[in-house]
Amino acid sequence: MTEALAPTARWQNCAIVDIATRTPAIKSFFLRLSETFNYTAGQHVEVRLIAPNGYTAMRSYSIASYPSDSKVIELAIERLTDGEVSPFFHDVAQVGDTIELRGPLGGHFLWPGPSSKPVLLIGAGSGVVPLMAMIRYRKASAEPVPVALLLSSRTWREVLFRDELLELERSLPHFAFALALTREPTTRRTDFSRRIDAEMVADVAARLPVSPGCAFVCGSNAFVDIAADAALAFGLEARAIKTERYGA
Amino acid sequence: MVTRGFTGRQSGSELSDRIPPGQHLVDNFPVLTAGPTPRIDPADWTFTLKVGPRPVKAWNWSEFNALPRTRMTRDIHCVTSWSKLNTAWEGVAIDDILADAGLIAPTPFALAHCYDGYSTNVPLADLTTGKAMVALKHEGQPLPRDHGGPARLLVPHLYFWKSAKWVNGLQFTERDQAGFWELRGYHMYGDPWREQRYTND
Repeated sequence: MTEALAPTARWQNCAIVDIATRTPAIKSFFLRLSETFNYTAGQHVEVRLIAPNGYTAMRSYSIASYPSDSKVIELAIERLTDGEVSPFFHDVAQVGDTIELRGPLGGHFLWPGPSSKPVLLIGAGSGVVPLMAMIRYRKASAEPVPVALLLSSRTWREVLFRDELLELERSLPHFAFALALTREPTTRRTDFSRRIDAEMVADVAARLPVSPGCAFVCGSNAFVDIAADAALAFGLEARAIKTERYGA
Repeated sequence: MVTRGFTGRQSGSELSDRIPPGQHLVDNFPVLTAGPTPRIDPADWTFTLKVGPRPVKAWNWSEFNALPRTRMTRDIHCVTSWSKLNTAWEGVAIDDILADAGLIAPTPFALAHCYDGYSTNVPLADLTTGKAMVALKHEGQPLPRDHGGPARLLVPHLYFWKSAKWVNGLQFTERDQAGFWELRGYHMYGDPWREQRYTND
């Protein structure tokens, strides 16, 4: 469970090589590392922005891309209206700019590996980012671990990675996918048109061939509390439920 | 390296000497926890002091609440980069817990243990002489579950992962033994003014 960690994640300069609009409030930034690092799906990087007078702002962002030989990693960043760093990325950053980051960081919220029992993923909004890295990794590595994803979003058009997830639902064996839309009804029979609750989590967990061995939950604190309590009620052990909650 | 086009939201100079490098101010109190939020009934709560593997003294909720109370108002700094100023706490100073157990400087290091299996290491010198407490109240109110209620460690001069939520014991150790996050890449000491965020910072 505890990874062998690199001695120190050093700061490095990365070029923005592409920017993709994902949803009305979320853009993906593709960054080319100058020093490649090996990461595990679920980990994050720390980004550092420096003003001309030396003032420094730092934020952590989960990696959305999956571990591979590529030197390019993807960060999906939601624009927070009262934010300091995310508006910079959305309104100022351009392809060709250089961004400082270090990673990989985080030794807890980690894809458990090929021999594990089925994995239950529960996310809300941009909380799907580290879960997407896990799903993409599972696909690329052809690990046969069954995965179920329950993803909460306000509306259909705000579902991050929606088209890719729908395609994976069709093409990836042992991948169950359910949306919970909170501000509009869904048209898909397998989705839900309400906020997350214990019954919904049990329904999605039961779509796995056998009970999940672990769960990863990422979103706001209130969302994570409901989802984690629901996973406990379904029978998972507390230690098998790993959570990431949005900080400030 | 200066980031093209970035100016940032810089705080006024009167506060800047209270905000460690790389940190930004928040007004809310973010919740960051690695797992589900435990439910601990004070009726079942105990706090155990150990030296090595040996339990020295244990208190139940009412015994612990009868210990002398300390209040402190401190700035707190989370490794995820937020800082919050003037947070008010009330609880039992580690000095008073040691005194009640009849212990003086048992070993140079300690591990805090918690109901959810979490742990974190802190040197004895950072726990004593009024620097740290087991907090029972925040802003005059019983500590909410989300913030570690019924009781959390408070070591406000170190990054806040050291202020372990749902604490149920302190274990004194001869060596500096890594806790939960310290085993997972975070710094053994965690001084925000020296930006000791990750292992070799």
